[in-house]
Amino acid sequence: MSLVINDLCVGCYACEPVCPNKAISAPVDRGRPVFFINPDKCTECLGDHDLPQCAEICPIECAIEDEYGEPLNPPGSLTGIPLHLLDLNREGECRT
Amino acid sequence: MELPVISNAAPETGGGCSSSGCGSAPDALAHLPDHIRAKVQDHPCYSEEAHHHFARMHVAVAPACNIQCHYCNRKYDCSNESRPGVVSELMTPEQAVKKTLAVAAAIPQMSVLGIAGPGDPLANPERTFETFRMLSEQAPDIKLCVSTNGLSLPDCVDELAKHNIDHVTITINCVDPEIGAQIYPWIFWNNRRIRGVEGARILIEQQQKGLGMLTSRGILVKVNSVMIPGVNDQHLKEVSKIVKAKGAFLHNVMPLIAEAEHGTYYGIMGQREPTPLELEALQDACAGDMSMMRHCRQCRADAVGLLGEDRGAEFTLDKIDEMEIDYATAMVERAKVHEQINAELEMKRQLRTAPRFQPELVTIEPAAPALRNVRIAVATKGGGVINEHFGHAHEFLVYEVGPTSARFLGHRKCTPYCMGDTSCGDGETVLGGIIRSLEGVEVLLASKIGFEPWSDLEKAGIQPNGEHAMEPIDDALRAVYDELAAAGKLDATAGSARAAA
Ligand code: SF4
Ligand code: SF4
Ligand code: SF4
Repeated sequence: MSLVINDLCVGCYACEPVCPNKAISAPVDRGRPVFFINPDKCTECLGDHDLPQCAEICPIECAIEDEYGEPLNPPGSLTGIPLHLLDLNREGECRT
Repeated sequence: MELPVISNAAPETGGGCSSSGCGSAPDALAHLPDHIRAKVQDHPCYSEEAHHHFARMHVAVAPACNIQCHYCNRKYDCSNESRPGVVSELMTPEQAVKKTLAVAAAIPQMSVLGIAGPGDPLANPERTFETFRMLSEQAPDIKLCVSTNGLSLPDCVDELAKHNIDHVTITINCVDPEIGAQIYPWIFWNNRRIRGVEGARILIEQQQKGLGMLTSRGILVKVNSVMIPGVNDQHLKEVSKIVKAKGAFLHNVMPLIAEAEHGTYYGIMGQREPTPLELEALQDACAGDMSMMRHCRQCRADAVGLLGEDRGAEFTLDKIDEMEIDYATAMVERAKVHEQINAELEMKRQLRTAPRFQPELVTIEPAAPALRNVRIAVATKGGGVINEHFGHAHEFLVYEVGPTSARFLGHRKCTPYCMGDTSCGDGETVLGGIIRSLEGVEVLLASKIGFEPWSDLEKAGIQPNGEHAMEPIDDALRAVYDELAAAGKLDATAGSARAAA
């Protein structure tokens, strides 16, 4: 049971300090931090918090998904931008 | 029916400096108690005078944020202090300290270091405070400042006070949660995302609490507000009153920046930006209540140099690595330069205060023919003189000049008319944009103006003028005004199409 950070992540570091299990790290690849959740450490916050902390603070829609690839913050859920405008402006990065 | 004389005269009733003719460059800080003025007089972001002479820099060490603003896209920098769409070089605290020391050695006018992003500095307390801790040890003469959305501010006040950080900027866009819900879609609070009115209510509470805690400890607080037409534009007058009552010493109203290509909510939803004249009107309305900061340029989170210039490219991390810096000598050099600048500013202040009332006592003011005020734009690189080519200017300083006084209204940013060969093909449309940004301006002063833009400016009702190159701005404004007055172009009744528009 673990969440996954995909490549929509913009590397804002918000999730890293809020993880109760220190499961999130950001090894630097070619000068750019790549955020990664260690599946052995991630508990989806069970026992610590009601809600997975990384997904609660992440500002980028669809950047964090569950083990089935479902985004915890689906398109439009954070910005409130209507879907039909979203697709136009996001070059198809986030279409679930 | 709107007469130009009315719209021009309105600010005169607003109190402050404009009505009492306090010299030709009213200092927004003049009303402050001495101990506060002393604290801010060499701070480029706070003192209208100092910003021509002292330099500041920001370092981008704080990537995370704990709220979402509708004018921000977190793929880019925090737009509270910086323009959206410019990604800065994220640094570790160690790198930031190194960069600060390198810049302070190369630019002895450097007096302030700020942390303003790219996220919210107080949502990254460890990185932010580590940077401040190291800097107060290694460069004790550099002032520190920080800006925040306010959510974590109450928790950070103790730590801020410890590091002797005496300037804090809080972005406060509203005091009403219903309005807040139209600006902030969510906040992260107590381990969960809280949306809508509830989230906005908590944010507002924290901002106000933090503001009170800071001022009660004697820490200077500036409040920034983003003017969002139709959302908080009327409301900001109330915000201004409230933050002043709580002890903020400056209120800076900035225009919303919202373009679709930034991918922000407001940009995509077509929320419009305020026009320069709307911004001025709101700043005037708020100015009656407290000093406004009109010279703010919404600089980027990693800007380096005098306000309005950015020398960041000279100080990238690899370049800094190659530099050899003698920190101790640099600090002595800075102290000398700062002393010189302060002496110069002090002299100007005295010149301005000394003989100011006599001429007005002699002249019987009301009897003089009523002359209207004129908006004059100036191209400058800094130093308080007209020393920028029209074609190279990234912004124009706009002043409102009247028969006995001039006051600074604000900056009109623009794309330089001539950015070298590649973009000169676009010259036409760029010029159109510049002319639009100069709405309400009747005269434009620059050190040099090309033939083509010259005639287009004239056609648009803006008189270009290159005769005052290298002259102090104050003197040139006065000379131009007097010339216009002598030519009979300023009789209040005559008016002009542009002023009435
Ligand atoms: S779900 Fe919880 S435990 Fe898993 S990475 Fe996110 S914050 Fe850490
Ligand atoms: S909060 Fe989201 S966008 Fe920011 S680093 Fe974590 S996964 Fe990436
Ligand atoms: S506080 Fe700054 S970084 Fe955070 S959402 Fe608002 S503008 Fe963006």
